[in-house]
Amino acid sequence: MAKELNVPVYEVGKNPNVRAKVSTPRPELQKQASKVVTLEEAIRKTGLKDGMTISFHHHFRGGDKVVNLVVDKLAEMGFKNLHLAASSLADVHRPLIEHIKNGVITKISTSGMRGALADAVSRGLMETPVNFRSHGGRALAIKKGELHIDVAFLGASSCDPLGNASGYSRSENAKSICGSLGYAMVDAQFADKVVILTDDLVTYPNTPNAISERNVDYVVEVESVGDPSKISSGAIRDTKNPRDILLAQTAAKVVINSGYFEDGFSIQTGSGGASLAVTKFIREKMIEKGIKAKFALGGITSHMVKMHEEGLIEKLLDVQSFDMVAAESLKNNRFHKQVCANEYASAEELGSAIHWLDMVILSALEVDVNFNVNVLVGSDGIIRGAIGGHPDTAAASALSIVVCPMLRGRIPCVVDEVTTYITPGDGVDVIVTDFGVAVNPRRPEIAERLKAAGLNIVDITYLRDKAKSIIGEPAALPFGDKVVGVVYNRDGSVLDVIKNIDDTNV
Amino acid sequence: MELKTASAGTLESGDIIVEISPATSKGIDIQLKSTVSYQFGEQIKKVIKETLSELNITDACVNATDKGALDCTIKARTIAAACRAAGKDLWLD
Repeated sequence: MAKELNVPVYEVGKNPNVRAKVSTPRPELQKQASKVVTLEEAIRKTGLKDGMTISFHHHFRGGDKVVNLVVDKLAEMGFKNLHLAASSLADVHRPLIEHIKNGVITKISTSGMRGALADAVSRGLMETPVNFRSHGGRALAIKKGELHIDVAFLGASSCDPLGNASGYSRSENAKSICGSLGYAMVDAQFADKVVILTDDLVTYPNTPNAISERNVDYVVEVESVGDPSKISSGAIRDTKNPRDILLAQTAAKVVINSGYFEDGFSIQTGSGGASLAVTKFIREKMIEKGIKAKFALGGITSHMVKMHEEGLIEKLLDVQSFDMVAAESLKNNRFHKQVCANEYASAEELGSAIHWLDMVILSALEVDVNFNVNVLVGSDGIIRGAIGGHPDTAAASALSIVVCPMLRGRIPCVVDEVTTYITPGDGVDVIVTDFGVAVNPRRPEIAERLKAAGLNIVDITYLRDKAKSIIGEPAALPFGDKVVGVVYNRDGSVLDVIKNIDDTNV
Repeated sequence: MELKTASAGTLESGDIIVEISPATSKGIDIQLKSTVSYQFGEQIKKVIKETLSELNITDACVNATDKGALDCTIKARTIAAACRAAGKDLWLD
């Protein structure tokens, strides 16, 4: 019969693929788990070689300790020519400058960059341009193999010896918390080898988990993976800046009169001062009108958590917890769910949450008369931001609202052409400034609704001209000829390049 | 004109500190640090020079730290610093 079925007959202990029975008590067995190794052993066992791609997440933002720890170790072990593919980088990663100069890191892919590293890159530190992708764009590129990760080094606030990892810990030894591991989940799923670094090695099973043991090869216990107090810069508080309040009030009026402010709507906001204040004004109107939101998406803030706990927002879909209140809520609130970056913002997945998002409120460094937005490169030509989910949410939401002042000091925020093209204008619907609201001509129905509600609707060129009349005509930036950055659109096509700043003769 | 060292302005965003001190050589020597130097550095120097010229100051050292001030602010801070440096109200005189 076995012959007819073309399968072997069972023989005790003969199949090498089936794990043999072990009688050791399980708490004892866990301590012998072979995945738990030192960082150096993990690096060796992954088979990492010069020229390969390593990846990291940025859930600890300014408090991240994993990138510097791992790259220091790789440098010490003599690795060269590595491609560092982080979900984003912050000011804390300035030690990378030395590793780039020493040839340990020769290529970088990221969503953004700030501080000394960004300044050095802008002035031509690297031979190979930095690849900039949005959060959705990165997740899709990883899934499609356009950004292949050889080894992912992912920090987690708790992990068991098998590799079940989480952005928080329920144990009494909890040292850190970052909440959602949404960006890291993509790396864990698609990287060839996955190393979890944790500062709280807990007993199996560490559930609920963000990353499953099934995707994890090695677990490394370290002193600290990150400083949660640096996730948001200081405590979240309501802005007292009168201009931010005016912008927020205007943006809230846009939301309320847009035609999308109906029971069961969905919304995403950024973490800037004006954006947070918008949430406050929208909340008041929701209570007044008895409207509830189905979900809030994206970077989740304490304001969103408050509204969730009040019952005003039914569900939170969290790709990144923007502050510690949000991180704690992810741990404690059942309907505060972490979503991986593909589930959040993939351009090619029907079910990614951005495709079911009504409204998004975004910020900008610059917008131009064609509604294109720049959130990455400052008006001085120096990289100083991150693409984040800006192009993903603008393009996929039913209504995108960009909030920015017309001027920042002497810098115009409404210009003829953005310094760097990050979010194409066809997805940007409304620009809210302190000198009026501009509506994309592609959305005449929105302009009509907002006009009827008494908002000051102006042509975008009026804002550009008004800005120029106050500040004068800016001189051209001292760009050189070297390409220091390439900006990819969320579908993998190239949107723009960033040239170096050469101010030796300025 | 006899000048001593004096300044006007703040380091707030949108403002400028203009410090005027006695000339070490002929003409107006301006040292400028600005957050918008690429786009407006020359314009800021031009406004300071023109303002001093209107006040009949031909020789001076100027140390300016700009945080994105508009021309009107630059002019006002320069006049105030010049009046303090000269010890009299050059503007009304």
